[in-house]
Amino acid sequence: MITVENLTKSFQGVNALNGVTLDVQAGTVLGVVGPSGAGKSTLARCVALLERPDSGAIRVDGTDITSLDGSALRAARRQIGVVPQGDSLLRQRTAAGNIALPLESAGVPGPQRRSRVGELLDLVGLTDKAGAYPDQLSGGQRQRIAVARALAANPSVLLADEPTSALDPETTGSVLTVLDRARAELGVTVLVVTHDMGVVRKICDDVAVLEQGRVVEHGKVLDLVGDAGSRTSSALLPAVDLNPVNESSYDRVADVVLVGFAAVGALLPEVANRFGVELNIVGGGLTRLGETPVARFRLGLNGERSDSALEWISEAGGAVQRSLKGPQGVAA
Amino acid sequence: MRSATPWSDVVTYLVEATGETLYMVGVSTVIATVLGVPVGVWLQLTAKGGLRPNAAVHRVLSFVTDLGRSMPFIVLLVALTSVTRLIVGGSIGSTAVIVPLAVGAIPFVGRLVQNILSEVHVTVVEAAITTGASTLKIVRSVLIRESLPALINAIGVTVIALIGYSAMAGVIGGGGLGDLAIREGYQRFNDRILWSTVAWLAVLTTVIQLGFTRAARASDRRRHASV
Ligand SMILES: Nc1ncnc2c1ncn2[C@@H]1O[C@H](COP(=O)(O)OP(=O)(O)OP(=O)(O)O)[C@@H](O)[C@H]1O
Ligand SMILES: [Mg+2]
Repeated sequence: MITVENLTKSFQGVNALNGVTLDVQAGTVLGVVGPSGAGKSTLARCVALLERPDSGAIRVDGTDITSLDGSALRAARRQIGVVPQGDSLLRQRTAAGNIALPLESAGVPGPQRRSRVGELLDLVGLTDKAGAYPDQLSGGQRQRIAVARALAANPSVLLADEPTSALDPETTGSVLTVLDRARAELGVTVLVVTHDMGVVRKICDDVAVLEQGRVVEHGKVLDLVGDAGSRTSSALLPAVDLNPVNESSYDRVADVVLVGFAAVGALLPEVANRFGVELNIVGGGLTRLGETPVARFRLGLNGERSDSALEWISEAGGAVQRSLKGPQGVAA
Repeated sequence: MRSATPWSDVVTYLVEATGETLYMVGVSTVIATVLGVPVGVWLQLTAKGGLRPNAAVHRVLSFVTDLGRSMPFIVLLVALTSVTRLIVGGSIGSTAVIVPLAVGAIPFVGRLVQNILSEVHVTVVEAAITTGASTLKIVRSVLIRESLPALINAIGVTVIALIGYSAMAGVIGGGGLGDLAIREGYQRFNDRILWSTVAWLAVLTTVIQLGFTRAARASDRRRHASV
């Protein structure tokens, strides 16, 4: 697991990082998002040990790695696999040769190196490309080789800076799948910097939103989507206000967020039954976060017990975000 | 008027002079490469954005390198006489020419090498840094290996340049093709020798250039780009 504590970094008077604190639990994926210039790459470069922060700590399994030098620094670098932004493969080496580089740095002997490279090629699904040179690979394949290289020396942390920014949507999927497999099969802790909320949607357990060098939002994606005011929910959930709702035809209008198969599939019919209310979905829709179905609906309710129905929804695990009509903040 | 030198004698002259030229240029190229590549690496390591940036060291090294490059070879040839005597035990002949040739070529190679190494993309170098590779490992496996084709071409350029410089070897009795063209051909009004030598030099440099281009291409994995 990795902890970032109060990290600051400035360049000639520009405060790129302004006291960044966040943590990533072992075996989870954190997405760091934020507008251009927010400090995402600076954070990534600090964690990658390419940049030294002005102050603060970065702990990997408890040990601060920000002030190391020499061989201790190189050893720490092996603990953190990095997928740099852009083309980073050696063009004069084959895919297999590129993956072997960290193993050579770590002094792993030849036969072991070859078998490890084989495992990694298998992990990223490019066994048949072992002997191909980067120029013979597609952008997505090159990026998957870069992931394999980052994982070669068995790091506990995998850091990727914009791993999909140069890729089309389909290829993006294959790279994200590989990152997800790394977490699932190798148990590495993943930190992925991206400007693409799609990456957060597909593979991130947690998200941290950076703005002007500060963390303005940090938590589990599935928790944050239940919070109407969060940037994460507005970025990831279906819009509820595409169609104007004729509010006069309902006793109550409210937005609810439902997370998980059970909630999405059964909660609304049950609540209609239980409270004898008429329940209409007047806006919003269904999406998926990772494997989890998540719905945000704008509901129009008719019936005497509409307030109780909304209350019950929130007790049953749905986040009732907003009552547009009727008493504000029902059980919110 | 005397009759033209028989062709068989011209060939004998050319063979002997070619041997001298290849000897002088070959040995000095090897020395200039062995010493010039580290200079280029050092220049690049200490440059801004290099692996071991050090403005002071870089500035001094740059100054010395550029001073060496701006020195006319003919000046070097005579100025280094005492150094040459110290190293090779004499200051006359082909072997004696090797010293100024190599000394002149080291800064030349150094600058070429630095320019080439600086072309290796920073993302590629940083990726290697993040693997925990040592500086030496990065120099060898990334900087030098990634630019090997360009480096081989640079050595080719050096060889051609040294063939040119070696034409002045006659000043200290070094012989070689340039000396043959000037002394036997030009100064004695022997057109046959002059133009044969010129033609042969053209062939020789073309072949050498071609050889280096081939070797560079053979070392370049990028040519395998998808068809
Ligand atoms: N090496 C540097 N020298 C000077 N300023 C820098 C340097 N690196 C970053 N900055 C500045 O720090 C701030 C944060 O930059 P950073 O690259 O971390 O942003 P980012 O969130 O990655 O943006 P983007 O989404 O555009 O990549 C910016 O104002 C940038 O100009
Ligand atoms: Mg960036």
